[in-house]
Amino acid sequence: MQTTSWVPLFPEQASAFAWQVDYLYFYLILVSVAFTIPIVVAIFFFALKYRETEKYATPDEMHGSMVLETVWSIIPFIISMTIFIGGAVVYFNQFTPPDDAMEIYVVGKQWMWKAQHQTGQREINELHVPVGRKIKLTMTTEDVLHDFFIPAFRTKMDVVPGRYTYMWFEPTKVGRYHIFCAEYCGLNHSGMGGYVYVMEQRDFDNWLSGSVAGQTPVEEGRDLFTNKLGCASCHSGGANQRGAVLEGIYGHEVKLTTGETVIADEQYIRNSILNPGAQVVAGYQPIMPTFKGQVTEEQLNSLIAYIKSLTPAAATGAGSTQSPAVANTSPTSNTNSGAQTPTANSNR
Amino acid sequence: MQTQDSISGYGGEPKLNYLTNGSTLKSWLLTKDHKRIAIMYLITVSLFFLMGGLYAATIRLELLTPASDLVESATYNRVFTQHGILMIFFFLIPSIPAVLGNFLIPIMIGAKDLALPRVNLLSLYIYWVGGLLTLYSLMQGGVDTGWTFYTPYSTTFSNSYVMAVGLGIFINGFSSILTGLNFIVTIHTMRAPGMTWFRLPLFVWAHYATSLVMILGTPVIAITVLLLALERAAGVGIFDPAIGGDPILFQHLFWFYSHPAVYIMILPGMGVISELISNFSRKKIFGYEFIAFSSIAIAVFGFLVWGHHMFVSGQSMYAGMVFSFLTMVVAVPSAIKMFNWTATLYKGSISFDTPMLYAIGFLGLFLIGGLTGLFLGSMGLTVHLTDTYFVVAHFHYVMVGGQVIAYLGGIHYWWPKMTGRMYSEFWGKISAMLVFVGFNLTFFPQFILGYQGMPRRYASYPEEFQVLNIFSTAGASVLGVGLLMPAVYLAHSLLYGKKAGDNPWMLPGLEWRTASPPPTENFEVMPVVTWEAYEFGEESGLDLDEARRRDASVVV
Repeated sequence: MQTTSWVPLFPEQASAFAWQVDYLYFYLILVSVAFTIPIVVAIFFFALKYRETEKYATPDEMHGSMVLETVWSIIPFIISMTIFIGGAVVYFNQFTPPDDAMEIYVVGKQWMWKAQHQTGQREINELHVPVGRKIKLTMTTEDVLHDFFIPAFRTKMDVVPGRYTYMWFEPTKVGRYHIFCAEYCGLNHSGMGGYVYVMEQRDFDNWLSGSVAGQTPVEEGRDLFTNKLGCASCHSGGANQRGAVLEGIYGHEVKLTTGETVIADEQYIRNSILNPGAQVVAGYQPIMPTFKGQVTEEQLNSLIAYIKSLTPAAATGAGSTQSPAVANTSPTSNTNSGAQTPTANSNR
Repeated sequence: MQTQDSISGYGGEPKLNYLTNGSTLKSWLLTKDHKRIAIMYLITVSLFFLMGGLYAATIRLELLTPASDLVESATYNRVFTQHGILMIFFFLIPSIPAVLGNFLIPIMIGAKDLALPRVNLLSLYIYWVGGLLTLYSLMQGGVDTGWTFYTPYSTTFSNSYVMAVGLGIFINGFSSILTGLNFIVTIHTMRAPGMTWFRLPLFVWAHYATSLVMILGTPVIAITVLLLALERAAGVGIFDPAIGGDPILFQHLFWFYSHPAVYIMILPGMGVISELISNFSRKKIFGYEFIAFSSIAIAVFGFLVWGHHMFVSGQSMYAGMVFSFLTMVVAVPSAIKMFNWTATLYKGSISFDTPMLYAIGFLGLFLIGGLTGLFLGSMGLTVHLTDTYFVVAHFHYVMVGGQVIAYLGGIHYWWPKMTGRMYSEFWGKISAMLVFVGFNLTFFPQFILGYQGMPRRYASYPEEFQVLNIFSTAGASVLGVGLLMPAVYLAHSLLYGKKAGDNPWMLPGLEWRTASPPPTENFEVMPVVTWEAYEFGEESGLDLDEARRRDASVVV
């Protein structure tokens, strides 16, 4: 059982915007009570006062009242607008991830959650995060729809095959909280969950160094790019390379052969790997084969992480692989982490 | 004059009524009489309701304990899916329109039948075919996608009878379309002399609005099911991204029908409640035009709010804001109805027969159902609440607390007209109160469970949710008893109930100015309407003194 929160019957309040959701909830309860009490009192009062005293009586007719109708149309409208605006503000906060968030990849599959940290740690059905840090999850799924739901953080987001969805939160309270899958996903839907562990920064650093870190996403991506998938044979080599220049492409506008321009975001890079003929960069031939079926969702995440890490060659030189994204999301170095045994992963 | 005829006709049996006019199976199966068709619908929807109820009982028993022990999750997933499919497509959508609407709309407007009697029979047969196909596939192994059929689970991953059930729903949709079409044509063309649009009972207005939604919305679900079948059977990439589709597209198409479908379910219920509140207060309904037009407003705005089911599905944040705004707007006409119903009670002469108990229960439950809809329409809050038990509780408050309660109230109210017999008022009141108490005990705890974060469609759940689930299951058993009782005492009344007479409550509606049960052609003489709707005074032509003498003689 989770520790009881400040109001019984409520889940733990453990993220920076949980209180906003709770206040919205209290406001709506207040509105509901303010509507319910007068109506219920009126119904009971009328039911008693005007109960039938004579069979088949014909009380005086009343046809309605324009004034009353106007009043009881406008007041609910105004109140519902306050609910709308309050809800929209909180929603905007929930779905606008800050730029300085620490990014974690999450991949759902029937019936487990896989998470990968920028520093290379991988987890299944668990998520370790430091308290007081803004965390952004970039999520997708290998199969059907899922939904990543953490009640204590008052947030959830569907995880959709074929695209990336995002959620963010700032944990405010150390503890262990439920992760649920909230979108029905088949046989073991109710077993698809786990816990998020919110830790002090120091404990989190210990956890990072105590757990086996595989390749970081950028490292894995570089490996795929240069060796396993052979992307580098076309996408590097300088002025005469056959594939589009990827250094510095992330987050910038690209002109397509069709004359359109698109922003080269994660979705674009993903689509270009899986369906390369659809949106070809101007100046290049549509000669790239599809990699659909050859890369897993995690490998795609790593490839994208690597491409994001590529900075224009002119500025940093070809040897640089240190990505700005990694630099500001992995404050700790964990060069020795590979030496640890898996059982060391138990400081919770 | 018609009114005099029917009043003086009290006590005497008409030569033949619609029940006695032909007793062979063929005379039922090939009937064009809207009343017989309604009775056949009544029997069929009751059977579907019973089946759906057994699934509900299984769900509540399984959730008594945190582990999935009574049934394993593969079975549980089928049980909640089939509970939803049977209740929504084969009970909630047809029940009030196809049973009460079918029986009453022609009589209420003074017509001999619906405008298209053969089409009416056809829609019953389509409903049967769709229903039988669905039942057959449930017996073959059923379907486990949830009643929402979300892709790509339903198209690519589910190993259950998606195609067969989808075909059942597809076929059944045409029954809905034909019924809606029939009602619209009938209300436009078949009204008796003097029955102007603003003399129509609000029950008829509500069905007019419902019919608009039926004929405009149902084709969209048909297309959606067809596209789903194309992808599942032929591998055409429409919804599954692995073959080039878009899973969110399915949700847009599905909710474009299924949100208005909620109004198909609740609007006729609101129509029943308008009848009950006004008639059992013996007072003209407050704000007739506002109630009538609020039904139309709900039908129109109901088509513009489907995206509020998709706030966390990955649709754009700004689309979400537009849908949330429109959802708040659509709350206003429901609030208007609520206030007008309450105001109707003011200075009335209120009697508390069973139908009125149901109506008052409806006011309380629909109030909670409607207000919790605001919680779910408010985006910031619904991110936390959606896909939890809060949603389950909300839609049961609207669907059961609203539609089912209204349906039961209507069945009791018009039972004497449909059968010629009175049900037991004593048992009626007991069951109405059991349903009210049992319902609240079942579903109110689920609001709290939802805020605590218990997701819906879970066969097993963490232990801290158990206490409230026990409350819910206990309430469900009370609710179950309350719902089974009418089956017993209503059936009993068919044989042993006291004769109702044409107009047991002395009410002015046209349905009370003909025999009970009505003759096949509804009226001996074509009625001419000279009174306003809900006219209880002298202008209605009701002989109240005669009725008082009648009552006195019965007591002696």
